[in-house]
Parts: sequence; C-alpha cells; structure tokens
Amino acid sequence: MTIFREILWPLLAVIAAFIVGGVIILMLGDNPLTAYGILLSSSFGSVKDIGWTLHYATPLIFTGLAVAVAFRCGLLNIGAEGQLYVAAFATAWVGIKFGGTVVNIFGIQEDWSWMSLPWFLLIPLCMLTAVAAGGIWGAIPGVLKAKFGSHEVINTIMLNFIAISLVSYFTQYHYKVPGDALLQTASIGEAAAIPQLDRFLPFLPADVPLNSAFLLAILMCVFVYVFLWKTKWGYELRAVGENPSAAEYGGISPKKQIIIAMTISGALAGMAAIGEVLGTRYNYYDAFSADWGFLGIAVALLGRNHPLGVLIAAIFFGVLLRGEIFVDAFTPRVSKDLGWVLQAIIILFVACFQMYSKGSRIKAKT
Amino acid sequence: MSEIFTFSLIFAAIRSATPLIFAALGGLFSERSGVINIALEGLMLAGAFTAAAITYQTGNPYLGLLSGVVSGGLLALLYAVACIRFEADQVVAGMAINFLMIGLPALISGVIYDSTGSTPQIDKADQLPNFFNSISIASILVFALVPICWYVLYRTPFGLRLRATGENPAAADAAGVNVVKLRYIAVVISGLLAAAGGAYLSIGQSSLFTKGMTAGRGFIALAALILAKWKPVPVLLACLFFGFMEALTIQIQGVIKLPSGEDIPVQFIQIIPYVLTVIVLAGFIGLSRAPKALGIPYRKEN
Repeated sequence: MTIFREILWPLLAVIAAFIVGGVIILMLGDNPLTAYGILLSSSFGSVKDIGWTLHYATPLIFTGLAVAVAFRCGLLNIGAEGQLYVAAFATAWVGIKFGGTVVNIFGIQEDWSWMSLPWFLLIPLCMLTAVAAGGIWGAIPGVLKAKFGSHEVINTIMLNFIAISLVSYFTQYHYKVPGDALLQTASIGEAAAIPQLDRFLPFLPADVPLNSAFLLAILMCVFVYVFLWKTKWGYELRAVGENPSAAEYGGISPKKQIIIAMTISGALAGMAAIGEVLGTRYNYYDAFSADWGFLGIAVALLGRNHPLGVLIAAIFFGVLLRGEIFVDAFTPRVSKDLGWVLQAIIILFVACFQMYSKGSRIKAKT
Repeated sequence: MSEIFTFSLIFAAIRSATPLIFAALGGLFSERSGVINIALEGLMLAGAFTAAAITYQTGNPYLGLLSGVVSGGLLALLYAVACIRFEADQVVAGMAINFLMIGLPALISGVIYDSTGSTPQIDKADQLPNFFNSISIASILVFALVPICWYVLYRTPFGLRLRATGENPAAADAAGVNVVKLRYIAVVISGLLAAAGGAYLSIGQSSLFTKGMTAGRGFIALAALILAKWKPVPVLLACLFFGFMEALTIQIQGVIKLPSGEDIPVQFIQIIPYVLTVIVLAGFIGLSRAPKALGIPYRKEN
C-alpha cells in the first residue's frame, strides 16, 4: 500500500503533464501522439538509444541524489548547479596539473603540469577532487545556515552565480590554451580518462558516450540508501528533517546535521563532474551543465527523495533530454524546447500533488 | 578615471537598474504577504516575450507593454494557485515557472516566427520612447512607482493587512483579514510589476526578445530585495547600486586596466551583488530579517 501511494502521485503528475503538454503541441499545430511516439522510440528504440538515454540520465542521478539527501534533512539545495561547476573545474585542474598535460601554443609546446601520475593514482585523485570540491561548496551554505541561520535557498542561489563566475574567470584567464576560440580549459592528461562502457559491453555501439560514471551513479544510489536507512548517521540526518526540535531533544545536534547533509549533498552533486570531465569531454568548458543541478530538484521530487525513485526519475528525464532532439528534428513545428515545458509542468504538478500525499513533504521553514 | 564617471555612466546605471527595480518591487509585494518569489525571473521573461511579440505585431509599444504586464499577471496567478490553493513548496513551484518560461516562449516563437527562440527585430520607432535621448519612459515610470509602493505598503489599509499577513497570518485572519485573497492579490501584483521589467528589457533596452534574455536579473532583483530588507526605498537604492555595477562592468571593459596591464576581470564585478547578499544574510551588515511567515502556506483553522 505504501509503495502504491509512493508511486501513484508522481505517476499522475507525469500523466497530467503529458496531457497538458499534448494540448500545447496540438495548439502549436502538431500531432501530440506522433511527438510522444518519437520521444519514446528515439530513447528506447535500440541499444544505442538506450545507451544515450542512460548517458543523459547519469549526471541527473548524481544531482537528484544530492537534492534528495538535503531534502531528507529538511533542506532545499538549489545549489547543486554551482557545486558541480566548482567540482568540474577542480577535477579538470587536477587532471591537467597531475596528468602531464602539454599544450600547444601556436606551435610551441608548453608543459602545464606539475607531474604525470599513472592512471591508478590519477583517476582516484581526480574523483576525490570532484567529491571534495563539491562537498566544500555545498558545506558553505550549510555552515552559514547552522552558524547564522541564513536561509540555504537564497545562499545556494547566490553561490551558484558566484561559482559559475569564478570558474569562468579561472578558465578564461589562467587555464585556457591561448588561441582557443572556445572558453574551455586545456585537456586533462590521457591517464585521467575513465573507461567507456562499450569496452565492457560488446553490444553497445562505440559512438555512445555512456561511460563508467553511470556505474558509479548506480553505486551511489545504493550507498545513499544504506547511509540514510541503515546507519546511525543517516538516522540522525533524517530525524532532523522530520522534526528538528524533537531530534535536538533526543540529543542530536540539528546544526551539525545541517552541515553534514549539505556537505554530502554537495559532494554528490560534484560527482556529476566525473562522468563529464573524466568520461566525456576531458576538459572543463564554459556553461557545461545543461541545468543538471536544477533538474536534480525535479528528479528528487519526482523520485520522492528515495534513491530508487531518483534512479527511475533520472532515467525518465534522460528520455526527455534524448527524445527532445528527435522531436525537434522529426516534427514540423515542435522544437527542442518542448523538453523544458514538459519538465516545468511535471515539477509544478508534483509540487501541487504533494498536498495529497503524505510522507516526504518538505517542512515549511524560515 | 574621470572619463569613466560621467553622466553617460549614470544614465547607463539607471537603464540597467530599471528592470531590476520593477522586479524587486514586484517581489516586495509577494514576499511581504508571505509568498517567496523565486519566479521573478520567469515572470520577467513572460513580460519580455509577450511585449516583444505584441509590439512587433501591432507596432504599438504601449499595447506591447500592457499585454506583457497582463501576461505576467496571468502567469503569477498560476503560480499563486500552486502556492496558495495547492500549498506547493514555493521555491519548487517558482523554479517550475522559471523553467516554463525558458521553454514556452521559445516553443511559441519557433512556430510563429520560425526562429530558435527569438522574436523578429522591432522597428526603432516602435520601441518604448526615451527622453533626453537616454532615459526611457519605463525608467520614469518605475521611479514614480517607488513612492507609490511605499505609500500603498505603509499608509493604506491594504498595505497594513499585507504586512500583517506576511508576519502573522493567523492573527491577521483573526482580525478579519482574508489572508488567502490578499496573498493572491499580492502575488498577481508581483507578476504585473516583474513583467513590466521584462517588457522594458525587450522593447525598451533592446528591440527583440531572445531566449532567456533576463540572464539572471530576476535573481539579482531578489538579491536587491533581501539587501534592502524588504523595504521599498532601500529596494530602489539597492537596484541602483546593482545597476551601477552592471553599467560599470560594461564601461571599464578595455578602458581601465590593472597595474599589471591586464583587463579587470568582469567576473569579479559580476559577483558583487551575490557576495553582498550572502554577507548581508549572514548578518554581517545589519540584520536582514525576512517576513516571519515567508514560505509557509496558510491553512485556516476551523
């Protein structure tokens, strides 16, 4: 019965959103069934399509988990976007400095690295950097809330802009290869690259960028589940989310838990950088996130702040991100922006339906 | 140095501040009634798109402005229904409105104008007019709005009820205030004002709508609102300060250099509003206290 209730409202929200979206498509002059057909067939039609869908879902699993962990402590982390920007740049920086990066500046070779570590040291170092950088950037609003009581929503919004600007500064002025037309850093060392999944899965076409970060994302779902429901720390974190004063009465420090929750949340968001920097583009580039941090909020909401729900919701959003490209190309009128509209309507419906479903409702807070 | 600080810089600051003041005054009404308004960005975009489209079709910027403002009000009504009737988390619903307004205008203009999200260019003659060659009619309007907002908020029964609702809705209710109706009105007003700011962007400052053209101005307005401690006159000053920063960023490009001969990185100037907000929220520059009931849905007890 509980499982039924958990699934019912998110499902209704998705159905309602598709109906409203269908009406919009109709008003634009296209056939909604054709558009939705393309959406599904382009994301699940073949092994290649599924691979792409999972690739699009990967960063959203991380950011969805990030938002969910904070939610469970009664916090709304709107800052996953900034956290993953900081993490992505830091990861690229370590990949350059410790990966033996040599850049070619107008024909002259210049060594930008400090040393050249072997892959079995470099990859873990880069991954830890992503986790640490995201965690630190997430901890800031946590500490500000615990020490000064300032609202994490406003602070995380502000820290997003600060993060994106700072990282853009460092890229533009210090780590961009002179002469490069794009605002991006030099490439990371080859030893920092994590394996593509087609190396292990012979049936997966080699041009699908799905990489081992997807496996890490699944692993993190398990980790978050075990942490939240099978450990004392997770219990304490959830206790604060359920009722801070009762938790405090029971000997749990809400302030400490707020800092812990925001740090873990930021670290999870930072992991989204792993798949992108170490597995897809092999550098940091400006405006690299397709609003993954913000979509993480939608993923967590739709997934009812449960790791399994987050996984399913992230794959669902992966479908939208993969499918919108094909809807754009193969319908006469509807463009790629349909994805944004559907996402927005889903979030709106999920938020409204929470009134009717008990459980992971966010506590009102000041 | 002196050639930078000229009248043209002041005018540029006023131009940059204008959309911010509109949006921040909008946010003021909504937040003073107890409803968080993260949706300012989306409401501005609604105004910007509708104003540009209608002005392009009719050639009348006043009609464009009016329809932009109405579209913002309607979108705000949707937001209000979600937040008040359905008690949706206000931050989450606000994000949804922002997402919607990245997608919807692009979707519509893709069909009507066969573009990737922008409207066609409006004739220079059809833009909102400027006075003294540089001050828009919208800027004059918004400067006039500040004392009006102050008067409404502090000198009318409506303002008193609004403030009471944001501080203690249960007490306001007991005193006979219709909390729900008041919040609806406040949120719709915020939509009207924010959309006017957006309309100025598309048919005043520039001459077309482009996808996501507000570029975070809704959030800067929110920052100004917090910095101004939810008060109208400080809102004006905070917005002028942020507008000045934006204008300065543009003017010093390539003119003033660091002692080392490098350009001053624009990123450092861009982050000033955000850093200030974090500092102010932490209580380092006087305490900034939000309306007490901000973000909490109100349910009448029977």
